[in-house]
Amino acid sequence: MSRIGVAFDKARADGRAVLVGCMPAGFPTVEGSIAAMKAMVSAGVDVIELEIPYSDPVMDGPVIQKASDIALAGGVRTADALRIVEAVAATGAPVVTMTYWNPIEQYGVDAFARDLAAAGGTGLITPDLIPDEADEWLAASDAHGLDRTFLVSPSSTDARLRMTAEHCRGFVYATAIMGVTGARSQTSEAAPILVSRLREVTDLPVGVGLGVGTGAQAGTVAGYADGVIVGSALIRCLLDAPDPAAGLTALRALSAELAEGVRHPQR
Amino acid sequence: MSATEPAPAGQLPDAAGHFGRFGGRFVPEALVAALDELDAAYRKAMSDESFRAEFDALLRDYAGTPSLLYPAHRFSAQIGARVLLKREDLNHTGAHKVRNVLGQALLTKRMGKRRVIAETGAGQHGVATATAAALFDLECVVYMGEVDTERQALNVARMRMLGATVVPVTTGSRTLKDAMNEAMRDWVANVDETHYLIGTAAGPHPFPELVRDFVRGIGVEARAQCLESTGALPDAVAACVGGGSNALGIFHAFVPDEGVRLYGFEAGGEGVDTDRHAASITGGTSGVLHGARTYVLQNADGQTIESHSISAGLDYPGVGPEHAWLHDSGRANYLPVTDAEAMAAFELLCRTEGIIPAIESAHALAGARKIAPGLAAELGREPVILVNLSGRGDKDVHTAGEYFGILDKEQ
Repeated sequence: MSRIGVAFDKARADGRAVLVGCMPAGFPTVEGSIAAMKAMVSAGVDVIELEIPYSDPVMDGPVIQKASDIALAGGVRTADALRIVEAVAATGAPVVTMTYWNPIEQYGVDAFARDLAAAGGTGLITPDLIPDEADEWLAASDAHGLDRTFLVSPSSTDARLRMTAEHCRGFVYATAIMGVTGARSQTSEAAPILVSRLREVTDLPVGVGLGVGTGAQAGTVAGYADGVIVGSALIRCLLDAPDPAAGLTALRALSAELAEGVRHPQR
Repeated sequence: MSATEPAPAGQLPDAAGHFGRFGGRFVPEALVAALDELDAAYRKAMSDESFRAEFDALLRDYAGTPSLLYPAHRFSAQIGARVLLKREDLNHTGAHKVRNVLGQALLTKRMGKRRVIAETGAGQHGVATATAAALFDLECVVYMGEVDTERQALNVARMRMLGATVVPVTTGSRTLKDAMNEAMRDWVANVDETHYLIGTAAGPHPFPELVRDFVRGIGVEARAQCLESTGALPDAVAACVGGGSNALGIFHAFVPDEGVRLYGFEAGGEGVDTDRHAASITGGTSGVLHGARTYVLQNADGQTIESHSISAGLDYPGVGPEHAWLHDSGRANYLPVTDAEAMAAFELLCRTEGIIPAIESAHALAGARKIAPGLAAELGREPVILVNLSGRGDKDVHTAGEYFGILDKEQ
């Protein structure tokens, strides 16, 4: 069983959801991103989603794009991202990577899977790779024992929900809204419907992302999903901070608030 | 001769949008339903006589096609080839792009959507989209890199006069690729009521095929016009390639004519051996950008490299996947043309023919000049080269004026 799956099972047994926190590799620096992810884990984030920065992130909103641009301008490379995976995985928290397809293709699909597994990563979330185009990744992830998370959307047909879930391992990523990443003031009405549609076609845990930014929202999403995925709101803690220490303090505080939220599902 | 003559059956792409190893769909799942809907609407429309009749009538009565085929005698004498210009610059809105937007606007209506979004570099596609939106009473939002809004201010004004909202994009390199990212984001968020009217034969399936089919009338017309005026097919067809819609438009009807050489001229900028160019096939590598596998300007980590061209319309670090396939299969040849070569050809056409071409099209003219001696030697006679004059140069007067020192930045 996948290590992500273990984390979901354990949380389910405790009657709560898993908190997944996202941070771009190399933002604000390589060392800074390691410190940030360790701070998130120590404050209660269960799973780290490490985004490998990409120059043209069509699924991401302004906050993640800005952080990715800062990381790329700092010279972060895919090999650095794998080094960060290793450092963060050493804390014991599962680390799943997320990136657009082109960086993986240029690294070499099988080589990436091999090196990600060797670094202790659990798998990969692919925002712009759908199972229809994923033959090479399906083979590489099988060969190296990695999870693979494809996204589903409120606009997905039942047939595509089933097909996509069948190709997932670890968990399924349900995008709560039609739109890009970024915290929003209200949680989605489409998300609970999408999750219940997914429950009809798969037993895999379901993580819900896009638009969650507060402990209360995390509690609401935890009421119907197995995992709550937060990115932009956490990243903003570092972007908006006057200095790195203040950024980490804000990041710890929000991580703790979100961790508290997923422990109190609003059903 | 119908500009909407369908592509012959059995041609690429396959049902999933692949041209060999290129093309496909590398998109967020949120867009798959919209792409499927578009694909179904497009196939239904193209097999519907009434759709094709409506499209034909618009092209004829509104866009002003078939565009002329003009033998450019004085230009020909200068370059040592008999040059036939396909005058797409005479179309309404001044470029080949009006064909694509009219086709897609008709589809938008058929799908019951009320809003179109578009990306634009030089502004030509934005103007064409704003025009079609006005004609079809659609809300229109055009994304344009902030850098391009500055160098193409006149086209920004045109779009606004036509009722479109122009959104300057300030992310990334603030040029066409970033405008395309922003349009994709808008589409993900508003897909129910919005059609993304992509301006070139790039992007996820079915866009490369659909855009090609809406512009392939250029080649269908030119092929018939060549036969009528010269009694033969041309020796070569030349077009500029940014995303590649005008080139595919004029190439496609000639693809089965094996004796006709196809030449795509990419923006070589300051030279493909520098990092200042936009020649994705000549100077790029296979990768995934904006929804399809194709040739991309990128570094070893797969990060897109900023492109450069004196022509905002060619300043794009990718290319339509069918061109990638035509290159790999050897059916078409892709060569770079530098900014300086393009501007020399621009000046030559102005002075010999009284035609101010778009700087994009000047790349095709410079390319024809480049290949003429070799073709003449090979054929043992003066070659006949069909050049797609894809657009007029009004929008580029400022850029060209500065380049030639006729205007300074303040004028």
